[in-house]
Amino acid sequence: MNIFLQILFGVLGGFFGGLGMGGGTLLIPLLTIFLHFDQQLSQGINLLTFLFMAVFSLYIHSKNNLIVTKNIFWIILGGVIFAAIGAFLATVLPSMILRKCFGVFLSLLAVVEFIKAVKKQKA
Amino acid sequence: MKKSNLASSQTKSRQKTPVKKKLLLILLGGLVGFLNGFFGGGGGMLCVPTLEKCLGLDNKRAHATAIAVIFPLSLISCAIYIFKGSIQSLPLLSVGLGVLVGGVAGSIALKYIPSKTLRIIFAVIMLVGGLRLII
Repeated sequence: MNIFLQILFGVLGGFFGGLGMGGGTLLIPLLTIFLHFDQQLSQGINLLTFLFMAVFSLYIHSKNNLIVTKNIFWIILGGVIFAAIGAFLATVLPSMILRKCFGVFLSLLAVVEFIKAVKKQKA
Repeated sequence: MKKSNLASSQTKSRQKTPVKKKLLLILLGGLVGFLNGFFGGGGGMLCVPTLEKCLGLDNKRAHATAIAVIFPLSLISCAIYIFKGSIQSLPLLSVGLGVLVGGVAGSIALKYIPSKTLRIIFAVIMLVGGLRLII
């Protein structure tokens, strides 16, 4: 049963990821809430599956000339340093605390997404 | 020729990037990296608007480029999760299989699904999930 749910949640997360809507923000809470995964495990799985799927996406996007390289070096430079710090912090925090932080982050994202969706509908 | 197939603001691509802008990009990149590493995802939510507003990319290019930006960040974060022993292999395989199937389906469905309605549904699910995690 658990394996079935794991696959199902993976499909749901992947589906929204494929739509370009941020699959991880769906996959992580599903795994944590319904399968009682440690918050760190859910997040780690999301990172790994993202990397795997991104290889295909990047291949297709670069073939379609959709990837712009100018100036992204600077974003990546700042990014990799803080990606290490963020990940380190996440792995040393107690799972329940990280889970609550993630909940706040997700709720904020939901509000932003909602505003964006409504704005788009008007335009 | 000037326009080729790049976004309009990219026509100035010969100009050097000012230091101020570089610093801003490093700072925003740092925030994307921190969020993505700390929360194991979601960096795209900030990266896409950054690429649109600071680099003037259109929505499609911003989405594609965001994956290229987040890839190396996720690689580093993921390595740390693995070294710290946060990832177990069994659930990874079953969830990963699902993501593969869902991801392919989602990218095909992209053309047929009305994004406005879906966005609102998605936002509601996120809010419910977020609140459930806090309580």
